Amino acid sequence: MYFLAAEGGESTHNPIIPLWQEIVVGSVAFAVLCFVLMKFVFPRMEQTFQARVDAIEGGIKRAEAAQAEANQLLEQYRAQLAEARTDAAKIRDDARADAEGIRQDVLAKAREESDRIIAAGKDQLAAERATIVRELRSEVGAIAVDLASKIVGESLADEARRKGTVDRFLSGLESTGAR
Amino acid sequence: MFGQANVLAAGQAAFPPTVEDFYLPSILPWGAHESYWFTKITAMVWIAVGVLIIFFLASYRNPQLVPTKKQWFAESIYGFVRNNIAVDMIGHAGVRFAPYFTTLFCFVLLTNSFAIIPFFQISPNSHIAFPAILAIISYVLFNYIGIKQHGFVKYFKNSLIPPAPWYILPLLIPIELFSTFIVRPFSLAVRLFANMFAGHMLLLVFTLGGFAMLSANAWLAPVSVLSWVMTIALTFLEFLVIVLQAYVFTVLTASYVQGALAEEH
Repeated sequence: MYFLAAEGGESTHNPIIPLWQEIVVGSVAFAVLCFVLMKFVFPRMEQTFQARVDAIEGGIKRAEAAQAEANQLLEQYRAQLAEARTDAAKIRDDARADAEGIRQDVLAKAREESDRIIAAGKDQLAAERATIVRELRSEVGAIAVDLASKIVGESLADEARRKGTVDRFLSGLESTGAR
Repeated sequence: MFGQANVLAAGQAAFPPTVEDFYLPSILPWGAHESYWFTKITAMVWIAVGVLIIFFLASYRNPQLVPTKKQWFAESIYGFVRNNIAVDMIGHAGVRFAPYFTTLFCFVLLTNSFAIIPFFQISPNSHIAFPAILAIISYVLFNYIGIKQHGFVKYFKNSLIPPAPWYILPLLIPIELFSTFIVRPFSLAVRLFANMFAGHMLLLVFTLGGFAMLSANAWLAPVSVLSWVMTIALTFLEFLVIVLQAYVFTVLTASYVQGALAEEH
């Protein structure tokens, strides 16, 4: 190689020995490239990758959160529905119980009323009976006396005696009637 | 290629190509042979740096959660190196090295690609200075990471003393020292340099060989055509080498970092 180069060229080069000028130029150029790309480009790419991962994972997380919220709401609605059902059942039961109570009340009142009316009727009846008995007593006495005087033909002069006789008679009637 | 162009224009196809074909006259000052500050090679390095910076800054000026096509492309390059090299080799701790690995991968890939891009036609990596810089950075990086992770003594103990019976250690320790701390940067640099150097040399041989045969004897024209067809085929091979070497350089750097971070040998 050296021999050929010496033969063909005006200056000779050994390809395995680097030219120091090229080392300087290459170092500077590569340093500039490294500086720009490693400072302004690749870190931003890393950020973008991270943002992308976040966006995807964030989307999944949001979906999961929404799902969880929906499930929670569903549970809540179910609970509320069940509660409403028990409430309705309770209200129905209450209403039934109330109706029963009212019926009983009304019935009791009606019974009481009828009892009262019956009792009043009885009292009235008793009072009327008593009045009638009283009237009858005097009338019956007079009639009996008249009848007796007609039958016996004698006037019972003695008032006191006459009165006692009638009373005795009537008492006897009453006691037999009562028995 | 200016050299060749001049030579071909002068009607004297210099064959076989020599090492001097890799050292083109300088651009500024124009045509100088001993000035290396502004040559086609250094210009290509600056172009590579500029193209990468402009591409990444433009496509990542306004990053969106739902990427545009350009942004997606830039992200896939980074994502490829990050997930398939850094994380695969080093594990989750590799993410913090992904920016450097991606920069390295892109730089090597683009500078390698100049070998087969028309009008560039030569890779800066066929000059050992550039692979050497990258190899030195990798070397410093993995040693620094190892010392930072384990402390100076433990790092060298981890690296130099393999889990082997004591009587074999006198043999193993020099081998480990040699392979880990001396050979690694050289192998890294030379692998890339030699691949790109040889690739360019191959293309030169077949291209110039075609001209050489044609000018030697018109009856050799069909062989010249065959030679140029071979050039096209070798360009495809070169493409494979370009991508593979960029990948290998990055993967080996990642592997060295992984070795430095590992607890055991």
